[in-house]
Amino acid sequence: MESLTNRRKVVSDKPMTFIEKLYLPAIFSGMMITLKHMLRRNKTIKYPEETRVFAPVYRGQHVLKRDEQGRENCTACGLCAVACPAEAITMVANERKKGEENLYREEKYAEKYEINMLRCIFCGLCEEACPKEAIFLTDRIVPTEFEREDFIYGKDILVESLENRIDITKRQNTGKRGIV
Amino acid sequence: MDVAYIIEKSSLVVLVFLVSLGVAAYSTYFERKLAGWIQDRVGPDRAGPFGLLQPIADGVKMFLKEDFIPKNSDKWLFIIGPGISMFTALITSTIIPWGPPLQLFGRQITLQIADFNIGILFIFGVLSIGVYGIMIGGWASNNKYSLFGAIRASSQMISYELAMGISLITIILMSGSLSLNGILENQKGINWNIFYQPVCFLIFFICSLAETNRAPFDLPECESELIGGYHTEYTSMKLGLFLFSEYVSMFISSAVISILFFGGYHFPGESYFDGNILAIISVLVFFTKIFFFVFLFMWIRWTIPRFRFDQLMHLGWKTLIPLAIINMLITGVVIAFTKGWF
Repeated sequence: MESLTNRRKVVSDKPMTFIEKLYLPAIFSGMMITLKHMLRRNKTIKYPEETRVFAPVYRGQHVLKRDEQGRENCTACGLCAVACPAEAITMVANERKKGEENLYREEKYAEKYEINMLRCIFCGLCEEACPKEAIFLTDRIVPTEFEREDFIYGKDILVESLENRIDITKRQNTGKRGIV
Repeated sequence: MDVAYIIEKSSLVVLVFLVSLGVAAYSTYFERKLAGWIQDRVGPDRAGPFGLLQPIADGVKMFLKEDFIPKNSDKWLFIIGPGISMFTALITSTIIPWGPPLQLFGRQITLQIADFNIGILFIFGVLSIGVYGIMIGGWASNNKYSLFGAIRASSQMISYELAMGISLITIILMSGSLSLNGILENQKGINWNIFYQPVCFLIFFICSLAETNRAPFDLPECESELIGGYHTEYTSMKLGLFLFSEYVSMFISSAVISILFFGGYHFPGESYFDGNILAIISVLVFFTKIFFFVFLFMWIRWTIPRFRFDQLMHLGWKTLIPLAIINMLITGVVIAFTKGWF
C-alpha cells in the first residue's frame, strides 16, 4: 500500500557496509546532534521563580461573584450543577430573610455551595450555564492538599471576599455567550 | 636532601592531591550539568548559584548515609576495595609533569612530583592495578551482580590493555623515551604527536574510555543489566570512593592523553615567553587540554549507547589489537628507514 506520508522507511537487515562497520561516522554525527542540543536554549520554566503566563481564558479555581454592592449573585438555581459533566457541584438553597438584603441579591440564595475539586474537570460549563453571572473560573491554581475532604470547597473559599474582589472582566469579553 | 626540598615536594603533593580531588568533584557537577544540557534540561541548579555547591551537598549526603557491610561479605576485602580504586587513581598523578620549572624563593621548582625514567610504564602499570579495586570489591560483596560486574571489568581491562600498550609502543618509538618529560621534549610548539599518529591516538583514546569504565564501555556497572555492577552492595562513602575514583582516573587519563598526543603543556608560540610567566601560561594551557578531554569523555558518554559485551570483545580483540599492531609495524619501519638503521 502506498504511504500517505513520505516518512516511511523500509527496514532491512542487510549486512553493514565497511563505512557502517567503522561506526565512527555514525558516532560523529551523533555527537554533532548532542552538541546541537547542548548549545540550544532549553525551555525549562524554573517554577518557583518563574511562572508560565496564563492565557486570559485559563480555567482554574472557581469564584462566586458578588455584585457592585457586595451582594452574592448566586440564587441557587442549580443550573451549574445540572450542567456539570463531572457532578462536582452541589448546593442547598434557602430563602432570604428580612434584613439580609445587603447579603443576597435575590430572594433565594445558596445556603451551602460546594465544589469537589477532585471531581471538577475545569471545563467551564458551569460558567456558561449560569444565568446570574455568579460563577466564574479564574486563573488561580487549586492548591494540593493531604486530605480528600480538604478538596471540597465550600462558600468560605469560593465566594470572593469584599475587600479582595477578583477581576473576571477579561473572561467576560472573550466569547461568553449572552454577555455584552 | 635538604629541608626546603622536602617542603617543596610535600607541598606539591598536597596541591596535586587537592587539585585532583577538586577537579573530580566538579567533574561530577559538570557531568550532570552537561547531561542536562544535552537532554534539553537545566541540570542541578538549586544548591548555591548555578548549583555550584552541588558536589559539597553530594559529599555530605554520602557521608551521612548508613555505612552498611553485608553479613556474608568478606569484610576486609570489602573495605579495601574502594580504597584500592581511589589510591591507584590518585597515585598516577605523581609523575605527571604539570608545567615547566617555576622560579620561587630563589629555587627552581619542578612542577612534577617525581620524574621516573620509566614514567609511562608506571602509569600503565598503576592504571591496570586500578581494576583490582573493582575486582576485590565485586568479589567481596558476595553478590552475583557484583561478581558479574567485577568479571566484566577484569576481562575488559585485559582486552583493552593489549591494544593500549601496543599503541603506546608506537609513541615510545617516536620519542625514543619512556619518561613523560622525554615524550614532551619532542612535542614543543605545535609539533604534537597527534599529527603523526592519528590512528594511534584513536586506539589509545578508545582504550582509555574502556580503562576508565566510561560509557560506551561502562559494562562493569551497567545499571540496566547488573543493578549497579561491582558497587551494588556498597553504601555511604565507600560507594562515594568508587564513584569518585572514576572521575579522578578520568582526569588523570585526560592528562596522559594530552601529554602523549597533544604536547602536554606545550603550546604554539611558547618561545615568546620565559620564566614564571611561561610556567603559569603552560599550566593553564595544560589544564585547558585536560578539561577538553574530560568534556570529550562526558560528551561521548551522553551520546553513545552502551556496547553489548560480545561487541566490546569483538572491538577489542578483532579490531583494535590488529590495527594497533599494523600501526606499530609501519611506524617502526618508517623510523628505521628515516633514522638510517639499515
